Amino acid sequence: MWPDPDLKVASLVSNGQHPKSGRSRRASQDARAVELGLKMAGAASRVIHVGDGDREGGLDQYLGMGLPEITLLNADEQADAVPVLLEYLKGASFDIVLTGVHAEQGEASGMVPYLLAEQLGWPLVSHIADIRKVEGGRAEVLQALPRGQRRLLRVPLPFIATVDSAAADARQYAFGAARRGRLVDAITDAPVDQARQEWTCAPAKPRPKRLHVAKAKSAADRFKAATAKPQGQGGSVIREGTDQEKATAIMELLVSEGVVR
Amino acid sequence: MSDTPRRNPRMEWILRNRLHPEHEMLAAARNGPTRGPTGLLRKNPHAVGFIGPHGIRRIDRSAGLSGGASGSSSGGRGRSTGAKVELPLHRVDNPDFYVAVVVDLVAGRLSSHDRDILGQARLLVQGAEEQGAVVAVALGEAREANFELAGADRLVSLTELNGRPLSGYCPEHRLAVLEAVESQLAPRFWLFPDSIHGGADLGSRLSARLGERPAVHAWKVDAQQTVCRGGTQRTDWHRPTARVLLLAEECALPVDETRHEAKPIELDTLPDVSALIEDLGPVDVDPSKIALGEAEFILSAGNGIRDWDQFHAVATALGATEGASRVAVDDGHMPRGRQVGATGTWVTARVYVAVGISGAIQHLQGIGQCDKVIAINLDDSCDMIKRADLSVIGDSQAILGELLRLAAARQDNPDTASDDAATDMTEEARHVA
Ligand SMILES: Cc1cc2nc3c(=O)[nH]c(=O)nc-3n(C[C@H](O)[C@H](O)[C@H](O)COP(=O)(O)OP(=O)(O)OC[C@H]3O[C@@H](n4cnc5c(N)ncnc54)[C@H](O)[C@@H]3O)c2cc1C
Repeated sequence: MWPDPDLKVASLVSNGQHPKSGRSRRASQDARAVELGLKMAGAASRVIHVGDGDREGGLDQYLGMGLPEITLLNADEQADAVPVLLEYLKGASFDIVLTGVHAEQGEASGMVPYLLAEQLGWPLVSHIADIRKVEGGRAEVLQALPRGQRRLLRVPLPFIATVDSAAADARQYAFGAARRGRLVDAITDAPVDQARQEWTCAPAKPRPKRLHVAKAKSAADRFKAATAKPQGQGGSVIREGTDQEKATAIMELLVSEGVVR
Repeated sequence: MSDTPRRNPRMEWILRNRLHPEHEMLAAARNGPTRGPTGLLRKNPHAVGFIGPHGIRRIDRSAGLSGGASGSSSGGRGRSTGAKVELPLHRVDNPDFYVAVVVDLVAGRLSSHDRDILGQARLLVQGAEEQGAVVAVALGEAREANFELAGADRLVSLTELNGRPLSGYCPEHRLAVLEAVESQLAPRFWLFPDSIHGGADLGSRLSARLGERPAVHAWKVDAQQTVCRGGTQRTDWHRPTARVLLLAEECALPVDETRHEAKPIELDTLPDVSALIEDLGPVDVDPSKIALGEAEFILSAGNGIRDWDQFHAVATALGATEGASRVAVDDGHMPRGRQVGATGTWVTARVYVAVGISGAIQHLQGIGQCDKVIAINLDDSCDMIKRADLSVIGDSQAILGELLRLAAARQDNPDTASDDAATDMTEEARHVA
């Protein structure tokens, strides 16, 4: 079924950074979005970046995944990406727009897809792991839930989806492919993000660890809180009855907790 | 009578002799402040406590909290009783403004993250000059959610909208409810947990709809200034506090010294929504592929398992991730990666079933974060039973066999599972306990 050449998929990518060393790289979730785009539409999938076009910043690594080109919407560092993208997406006719959940640099608020979806009037699906199929103008999307669970959603095209870290790993990038890839400029007029100019950015301070403080009025109670073994308030104990009754009681609890369906 | 102080050698002698039969009576009478020979007020530092049965002085410093009257008599001292303290009720009659908190309600309960956010909302209310109220917005079924103690003055609780239950993935419906709250109460702040359980998603949607720029990953908030973590946790952004706040875990301490009204608020108008996104329900995932540390439901085996094939079959039938105690791993029945406990994995499962595990402290440490623990064991005095919420005393092989049969029966006809029999059973469990 994949790749589907009629499908118009675009991935929005940003420059990433390594969480420990801070070295620039492709952003991991954005790269997964590109990977998903490549899976769905092959070489016809588009990749869009708003920025100054510094290829060392991570764009080379996206190109190295085998993309012929990246559409570059020129804007400087202080610019707000949303109006630029909005303008571009209104002009193009994409079916699916993929983004990461959070950027790896800057404010990383994850608001870009939400603002785009709101202003384009498209539905937005967050934290997807895969797109199963696209049929009759509707897509079946696999959403990643906490604890390794998955949920299936059906969304009409066109839509925006944010790709979770649970999606398939991005492929390795190659140096030669990165050399061959091109950046295609589009002329844009990017407004400066004024609000951000007033904020200050500092290296992250370690957050204070929360201490477990026993709120006890007396020394005896504090002593007890510090030394008591962790144990519940004593649940119910079933001693009598047949094995079947006991098993039913367990099953009932499992069902009421929703872990057995 | 002259007020020249006079000594009473006999009394002094009795007071020095703790074993004298009249000693206690006289000591009690002299407990209060006395005047010394020069008229100075004298406190006797030795007149505290009481003499225990072996003639040793005992001092009870619990100030009457543990039930013992301090220093009065050696007999009849009650042991400290865990009496429930009634917290003072915090009332807000006519709030000037609201602070809205949209809680996650993971599995119908307030998570610790939710409580932190409610604590933060309380701080924002306390910091203001006018009188404010914290309104908790609970979308979906709430079970064991104690909003009074968590610090909610008002409560907007909805389980369904236009006949569609607010469970599963329905961001459009939830957003519509929040918009209704916005138009009715116009909260000064909107607080969301910045969590993967839906809080971050909903908060971003609401701020896009309201045209507010949210503060995301905020971890230090007051009414003026906010500190947010930037991308990959490497930077802090200092910015003015936004109206919509997506707050990190442990941003504030939960409320624990007051009780609140949690007075329900009815929404005047419920909006009509036509949702574009359709929830087709959860997809089965291979439980053995889920990392033990983040599995939701773990079936764990210990030394009390005889039939290992049966154990694996039960785990598959129930859709549980397998875990094991150290003994089971050392004996070669389970791989090392499945070991739960101090030297294995610290699990966070919501439901943990321990079959034939005695509950050594090294194992209990590993399951400290589990919500519901179920124990199957032959020995009703072992530590696992003390930890468990539901314990079943019996042979593991027989009970697992029955569970396997029940699971198979459920799979054949999931709706007609014996609900009535089951409720009877829980009733019975309560009586037994
Ligand atoms: C440094 C150190 C680190 C350790 N780290 C860990 C760790 O990370 N994880 C860990 O698990 N342990 C750890 N241990 C080992 C731990 O102390 C215990 O020895 C171990 O947890 C006991 O495992 P068990 O409960 O399966 O076995 P047992 O203690 O032998 O308990 C077996 C239980 O099964 C019950 N039983 C027997 N037959 C049946 C039956 N037919 N039906 C039902 N019930 C039955 C018995 O009543 C008993 O309660 C550590 C120990 C040390 C010293």
